[in-house]
Amino acid sequence: MDGFRTLRKGRVSARFEPSQAGIIRALVSQVAELVAGEADPGPPPGPAGPGWAGDPLDDLSGLLGAGPDTPPEDPVLARLLPDAYADDTEAAGEFRRFTEPDLRSGKVAAARTVLGTLPPEGGRVELSGEDAQAWLRALNDVRLALGVRLSITEDYDSRHADLDPADPRSAYLWVYDWLTYIQETLVRALW
Amino acid sequence: MSVAPAEVERPETRQEVVPDTPWVTIVWNDPVNLMSYVTYVFQQVFGYSRRKAEKLMLDVHHKGRAVVSAGTRESMERDVEVLHGYGLWATVSHDK
Repeated sequence: MDGFRTLRKGRVSARFEPSQAGIIRALVSQVAELVAGEADPGPPPGPAGPGWAGDPLDDLSGLLGAGPDTPPEDPVLARLLPDAYADDTEAAGEFRRFTEPDLRSGKVAAARTVLGTLPPEGGRVELSGEDAQAWLRALNDVRLALGVRLSITEDYDSRHADLDPADPRSAYLWVYDWLTYIQETLVRALW
Repeated sequence: MSVAPAEVERPETRQEVVPDTPWVTIVWNDPVNLMSYVTYVFQQVFGYSRRKAEKLMLDVHHKGRAVVSAGTRESMERDVEVLHGYGLWATVSHDK
């Protein structure tokens, strides 16, 4: 069946049909775009960066790379960029300000690794240990996003999911279940 | 809130647990994260054995949350940052 298998030390491989590759690429791209968002300040302005137009004080937050201090409103983003303090809004805000940009760029980088190693037409994919780690995190981010959008709860069980096949959610639940399987095989291949 | 510092093994390179710095990292259960993945992440991030990582994962799964590390506030914030990178939901807490 599909799924990842272990190769020689640290490397893994899997084979994807074109439609499967298409699904992964589309979902990984969507999550990356969401995470990169408009809050991504990009490279800081300055003589070495793009868009150097003069006064560096024009965009202090870009220069300092600071993030926002409140959680995102989008529930998917809020799950991908959660609070670090459950009962201290101020501490959570300060932590977020300093760490959110890096957390976002790390997730975007993982998504880019998937896109860079999975051809649109699918086929056999072989990954280094490092790229496999990126796949693991990117797949997990996609499943977290789907989990929010589909309101997946603790008692979700794919065997008992009882949706009308005409219900558009059932297609996504199928994808979610399949990605769960793929991620499981990747963990086991890396273990 | 329960802590089990005696059971928390840290690789030598990490900071020693000091009695007067009772900050902890808590990992919360969520319905999406795979049990295998959470176990794997605990092994990767903390250097725990598979057995210990599995036990912590099961605590998260059955009790809703578990303390996965203890130490200075700074060290806990670093742990949380790394865990968030893996998509786990973790928080820093002051153990009283």
